[in-house]
Amino acid sequence: MTQKLGERIIEAFLFVSAATAVTVVAMITIFLVREGLPVIVKVGVANFGLGMKWNPIAMTGEPSYGIFPMIVASFYVAIGSLVLAVPLGLACAVFLAEIAPAGVRSIIKHAVELLVGIPSVILGFVGLVLLVPFIRDHFGGWGFSILACSIILAIMALPRIISVSDDAIRAVPKDYKEASFALGATHWYTIRKVIVPSARSGIVAAVILAMATSIGETMAVLMVAGNVSMLPSPIYDILDPVRPMTANIALEMNYATGDHAQALFATGVVLFIVVAVLDAISHKALKSKMGVER
Amino acid sequence: MTAGTLISPATSNKAAMVMLWASASIAVLILTFILGYILIRGIGVVNLSFLLGSPRLSGAEGGVLPAIVGTFCLMVVAMLSAVPIGIGAAIYLAEYAPKSVMTGIITFGVECLAGVPSIVIGLFGYAFLVIYLGFGFSIISGGLALMFMVLPWIVRVSEESIKAVPMGIREGSFALGATKWQTMWRVVLPGAVPGIMTGVILGVGKAIGETAVIMFTAGSSLLMPSSLFDPVRALPYHLYILASEGISDQMAYGSSVVLLAMVLLINLAAIAIQKRYGRQYGRK
Amino acid sequence: MVENKIEVESRGLNLWYGDMQALKDITITMPENKVTAIIGPSGCGKSTFIRCINRMNDLIKDCRVTGELLFEGRNVYDKSVDAVLLRKKIGMVFQKPNPFPMSIYDNIAYGPRLHGTRNKEELDRIVEDALKSSALWHEIHDKLDRSALDLSGGQQQRLCIARTLAVKPKVILFDEPCSALDPISTAKIEDLIGNLKRDYTIVIVTHNMQQAARVSDYTAFFLLGELVEFGKTKQIFEMPEKKSTEDYITGRFG
Repeated sequence: MTQKLGERIIEAFLFVSAATAVTVVAMITIFLVREGLPVIVKVGVANFGLGMKWNPIAMTGEPSYGIFPMIVASFYVAIGSLVLAVPLGLACAVFLAEIAPAGVRSIIKHAVELLVGIPSVILGFVGLVLLVPFIRDHFGGWGFSILACSIILAIMALPRIISVSDDAIRAVPKDYKEASFALGATHWYTIRKVIVPSARSGIVAAVILAMATSIGETMAVLMVAGNVSMLPSPIYDILDPVRPMTANIALEMNYATGDHAQALFATGVVLFIVVAVLDAISHKALKSKMGVER
Repeated sequence: MTAGTLISPATSNKAAMVMLWASASIAVLILTFILGYILIRGIGVVNLSFLLGSPRLSGAEGGVLPAIVGTFCLMVVAMLSAVPIGIGAAIYLAEYAPKSVMTGIITFGVECLAGVPSIVIGLFGYAFLVIYLGFGFSIISGGLALMFMVLPWIVRVSEESIKAVPMGIREGSFALGATKWQTMWRVVLPGAVPGIMTGVILGVGKAIGETAVIMFTAGSSLLMPSSLFDPVRALPYHLYILASEGISDQMAYGSSVVLLAMVLLINLAAIAIQKRYGRQYGRK
Repeated sequence: MVENKIEVESRGLNLWYGDMQALKDITITMPENKVTAIIGPSGCGKSTFIRCINRMNDLIKDCRVTGELLFEGRNVYDKSVDAVLLRKKIGMVFQKPNPFPMSIYDNIAYGPRLHGTRNKEELDRIVEDALKSSALWHEIHDKLDRSALDLSGGQQQRLCIARTLAVKPKVILFDEPCSALDPISTAKIEDLIGNLKRDYTIVIVTHNMQQAARVSDYTAFFLLGELVEFGKTKQIFEMPEKKSTEDYITGRFG
């Protein structure tokens, strides 16, 4: 009977451990809202979310807390990174899953794993000392730009897209491929018309997840974005500097007080919601794929 | 690519293959280039007095020892808390959890936490650990904030490793009159250890390289810490300050090399473990 | 019909997985120091039945049992019976050899250690006895610290038997123990079962009728979750009472 009691106690401990993550998530939500909500209420949801002007320490007049340019910037750089990383990543994944000889595959797989492990601050640093001057010298502008952010984020997103797409492609049943080959299709035609379409939902999930990760990334964009909280003008000028939401928090949290600090928490709330929604969509895409295959 | 009618299938096939080889090479080249550039620019800075020296003039001269020590302390606090909780949670989810709403919520919580941007965890750490609990900018605040970041990772890897242990092993143990926990502790967990180890080591790599989480939880002191409640400046944050405030490019390159070397060694160790023990159950 | 004392007895046993009834009103007696074989086509519930005896089915969710399964005069499904203690007395050998990923020695010492034996000399003795009883001692006595996973399939299965013997059970359940093994290893296991019945009560599930005929004293034939016929092996194989038994034994279906 003491053995039974021991088992019960252990199970209780395990349950508490398991509940830790969800507790932390709940507390994150509570603290963010507690710290961030008052200022949103104070300035108004529209003025906060759609306001164009971020001027938290106004010398004269009222400070303003509009984060619309930052929301745009976060999406802008993330989508820019996908434009660069998705075609390349997908091609790499197809290469790994379909073409690469075993030896090459294992080398590239390991290279990809190592790329995941490189701290984002180092990629930001490389962007700062290499990419920013390069853009300044060859494309003009200040160098700190949407383009620089997108390239650095693309390098970060690349390994993630490669490995998830690789898994998705390898999960496509061999029969499909053989059937297509047996009809006289070339390998490339088979890849394009049969294999990649069959893996589509897995790939879509990977892309959305990569977008969420890019929007949530701080250090890499902070060091190359230029951090000007205005919309690029004209809006398609990718050589203009921007300030994504993450950078806004990182830049000012260390000295912000009062409403200003609360406005940064409010930025965090928006960021949290955006990323959570994207994660949920990605999960959904992946789950529906499983549903079809089973 | 839509030129299928103009170009013969065999030619377009060949062209496509060349393109695919090229894209894979580009990916590898990017990696090599980044690593090579950092190493070439920074390796000259790294010597014993850099590794073991203290920084002077905000880090413009001297070494990075306090930052290395700071990184190490934060990582140890994070892992010491994340590993037991994470493995416990994984055991619960893999072996004990009934099919219930509660289990669904717990699983959802793990997935959710994994998706929280690191800067948001940093904000939470500031509000909860630094201010609310009054830990101040300190090793304990930064370490616990890092724990929140690596915990879901540890749970996921451990859960997968535990589930990969064959059912037959569990049955064999139960049939000998073992209780559930005895079975877990004596046969299932030992079988899952290589996988868990790999995950933990990769988690260490993540913790060492993370910056946003510790920016406003661990502080930025360049002094040696003497207790858990002292502030420290981790190496990646040090690198960020050196580079973004233009204090010293040389020191920044040197710090990058040290950080990169630590992270790469850790990742290689994880790969090695995976290779060595990965197929424990694959054998006949 | 039965001379020996009854060791295990099932009386009107029913089992459901969710809504599906897998066992219907099973009544059999399993005598002490005899081998009782349970045969039948796959899906007939023979494995399910044997897993009831040591309550391994407890591990399966949505599994429900009614009726009685008597061991030592008590219903093993009674609330007061501890499944863990029950399994100590009723050992089991599985279809697929399942040695633990540890040394040969530790595999066998696993059970005794679990139940509190810590003394090194005592453990040494238990390990040696178990390996001798499972006819494995002379093959591997000099490599006890090797990983059990390095043994051949047949050796692994005999190791699993040794592991079960080390706990000193009264009954040993064999769930298709040879289905993953080659003919030579199978013959060794069958010989072993013949020797073990001097000290243990044995229940074996097999889809191999020759095996049932060779090793068992009593045979039960299951079909679609029901017991069709039960009796002395000789009688079941030579003059079965039921038509379906005869059809199965002569290979007309299954």
